[in-house]
Amino acid sequence: MTKNPQLSEDGALRHLLTIEGLSAKLLHSILDTAESFVSVGEREVKKVPLLRGKSIFNLFFEPSTRTRTTFEIAAKRLSADVVNLNVSASSQSKGETLLDTVDNLAAMGADMFVVRHAQSGAAHLIARHVAPHIHVINAGDGRHAHPTQGLLDMFTIRRYKQDFTKLKVAVVGDVMHSRVARSEIHALTTLGVPEVRVIAPRTLLPKGVESLGVHVYNDMAQGLKDVDVVMMLRLQNERMSGPFLPSAQEYFKYYGLTAEKLQIAKPDAIVMHPGPMNRGVEIDSSVADGGQAVILPQVTFGIAVRMAVMSLLAGT
Amino acid sequence: MQLPDPEQLVQQLAAALKPRLHANTALVGIHSGGAWVAQKLRQQLGATLALGTLDISFYRDDFSSIGLHPQVRPSDIPFAVEDAHIILIDDVLHTGRTVRAAMNELFDYGRPASIELVVLIDRGGRELPIAADLVGARLELTPNQNIQVTLDPNNQLKLSLHER
Amino acid sequence: MKIHIKNGRLIDPKNKFDGVTDLYLAAGKVAGIGQAPEGFHANREIDASNLVVCPGFIDLAARLREPGYEYLATLESEMQAAVAGGVTSLVCPPDTEPVLDEPGLVEMLKHRAKSLNQAHVYPLGALTQGLAGKVLTEMAELHDAGCIGFAHADAPLIDTTLLMRAMQYAATFGFTVWLRPQDPFLANGGIAHDGEVATRLGLAGIPACAETIALSTIITLMRETGARVHICRLSSRDSVELIRQAKAQGLPITCDISINHAHLCDRDIGYFDANANLIPPLRDQRDRDALRAGLDSGIVDALCSDHTPVDENAKQVPFGEAEAGATGLELLLPLTLKWASENKILLIEALAKITSAPARILGLDAGHLSVGHNADLCLFDPSADWRVVANALKSQGKNTPFLGYAMLGKVHMTLVSGHVVYEA
Repeated sequence: MTKNPQLSEDGALRHLLTIEGLSAKLLHSILDTAESFVSVGEREVKKVPLLRGKSIFNLFFEPSTRTRTTFEIAAKRLSADVVNLNVSASSQSKGETLLDTVDNLAAMGADMFVVRHAQSGAAHLIARHVAPHIHVINAGDGRHAHPTQGLLDMFTIRRYKQDFTKLKVAVVGDVMHSRVARSEIHALTTLGVPEVRVIAPRTLLPKGVESLGVHVYNDMAQGLKDVDVVMMLRLQNERMSGPFLPSAQEYFKYYGLTAEKLQIAKPDAIVMHPGPMNRGVEIDSSVADGGQAVILPQVTFGIAVRMAVMSLLAGT
Repeated sequence: MQLPDPEQLVQQLAAALKPRLHANTALVGIHSGGAWVAQKLRQQLGATLALGTLDISFYRDDFSSIGLHPQVRPSDIPFAVEDAHIILIDDVLHTGRTVRAAMNELFDYGRPASIELVVLIDRGGRELPIAADLVGARLELTPNQNIQVTLDPNNQLKLSLHER
Repeated sequence: MKIHIKNGRLIDPKNKFDGVTDLYLAAGKVAGIGQAPEGFHANREIDASNLVVCPGFIDLAARLREPGYEYLATLESEMQAAVAGGVTSLVCPPDTEPVLDEPGLVEMLKHRAKSLNQAHVYPLGALTQGLAGKVLTEMAELHDAGCIGFAHADAPLIDTTLLMRAMQYAATFGFTVWLRPQDPFLANGGIAHDGEVATRLGLAGIPACAETIALSTIITLMRETGARVHICRLSSRDSVELIRQAKAQGLPITCDISINHAHLCDRDIGYFDANANLIPPLRDQRDRDALRAGLDSGIVDALCSDHTPVDENAKQVPFGEAEAGATGLELLLPLTLKWASENKILLIEALAKITSAPARILGLDAGHLSVGHNADLCLFDPSADWRVVANALKSQGKNTPFLGYAMLGKVHMTLVSGHVVYEA
């Protein structure tokens, strides 16, 4: 097997493609750096000159306003020049291949690509292809990984719960189709969380999910018991009714997070969601807007975490 | 070379600073040596004086060649920079690039009324047109020499000289 | 042309011969073994010291990409790859463009292949017109045109009634039906074995039961129809067990696995290596071990290259969008030897999997070296090591998960009907 494609020869992070295989030390150093960027975000001038003159291309083959926007803000706060490309609409329909598109943008002087693609492994393909000075950040590839989301979730947990090694964390919902879930699980296990649980009906759990180091629950009452952190996953509209689930209503009844179900968790448990939320499907409004939700801080921290990742990559 | 006692230098700097304080003066130490010196000066000058620290990692001019410093600390400026009289404090003044970066960062917090530079040691070797307003001691060092300020377990500043 | 091959280690699995001896060829046939026929004067003497001399290999699956996909490979390039790999007979699946569902197309392919004077080509006819799974082909006509059996390649056969009728019809004439078992619904949208690796990489899975369910259906229909069936490219351990049971019951069933599945498993996808995107998907290590053991015990009859040249561009895309398949003709021998050495199989038994066993499946008088019979043979150096490098492959397809692998065993010379068609 070839070497880890996101690390350089000396073990430094060259691309961020997945959290799997990164050390706890590296994850903590990214989170530490992000702390400094949080304070930058609280200043009058929320910008630092670190990436002045660098060109960052947001290459989105799948529409996503929110993630693209946070990457854009992060890049701009680092003083980089940002170009947004929604490729689904333009060149792909003209038959240009993914790597043709990348080559063209590289020729325009790109220093970094932030890539979102519907196919698992697309960011790996680009990272293998680009010249050595170009960095790639995976902003979500198929069902595989969404490492910056995983990192910002860890940042959020660290802010509220400090010590990872004393936590019980439940990841609830459509694990099968979720890149967020995979990145969260890798991050949690790497950072030493002793008990990571997944809670979902069996149709939404991928085969052999236990091999990721999680305990499987099919029942919220058991799965949420004594957990410190509840990480909800988004249920895609097209999966609410069909071969995976009979209806959104039944899903909400058994797997939606309500105030009542949240009481099973620890009293000081925090509730997270990667957004955008389906209120009344995976989460009840009273929980989403309640005192235990840290969903908006997640968004704020997301910018700092992305600034940290961009500046760490650009500096290698 | 006989090195001066840094704790004594702090005493001298505090004495020299005292008459220069305004109502709106704040001390800002550059992480990490400058922050220690700023802390010590504040003990001498009065605990009511505003104190902040700067980590200039995000403003360094050598980022593209050496990358991000592995242990960036958040800058902490718990007062309004706008219209403040800032006493910027560092341990060693050498090329002047750190001070340049620190001033750039300060301006991102607001427009100060004035900035004065106070350093424990001026070792020469400037690469930018920057001069300190108050200097604890001037040392003539060769480019191969490196002077380092550390804080010992008893909270005492120490100076040490290294050959590269 | 009379050829005298001296001092080689002759290995002939069918005749159970393994020893150093001389071979005499004349008029395209084996004229003598060990002893020259009377009055034999060789036009050419070949010193085969330190080489193995064995029947030319018979590959049960090699896509030559003609007709229709000449931009991927041509008959010329792939026939050169075949003989460079010691392959003297090959079976090509009907999934060409147009599909091999008309006698004229088969005759054309046979004619083109014959004119190249290299390996023998045995086409499989399509089981249904256009491989669309709706209307039977003219199997008897296609057989007369040169089809050695009837297959559905990797095209889905959704209608079980049609499958049963196709088997009945083929059985009427005694034709063998070649099927790769896969339930199209369970496999729908999948690109990797449904297991831990796919879960980790976020690749949509094809469960092993997609294969076993289809295989169970086929075996049941064999009992119903009496058809003889060759099962192509097994991938899972449960399938090996199903085949064992069917054989124990005396059903006329045979099967093969590909060199890729004999050596690799889903972990070899690594970091989304599109070269490991194969049909059927690489399954887990226990599946691979069961396939290898099945090959050893004889439950799995033969090993094939499943040669599928794919354009480089079709692999330079994300894993799930990549075209499946790997080049294999030139890797058949070294990967057979690799299996033999890793599983401690005698050379003569290993070579049986690519000579006498496929000949038996095809019902051909081939895959052995006997006086008076056709002289298709291969001379190879069993201890020559080489590295798989794209540019060194004769095939137009450079795609293989074995790129960069060290191989042991290199073809030195290939003869078809007594003529030297390849010399290293």
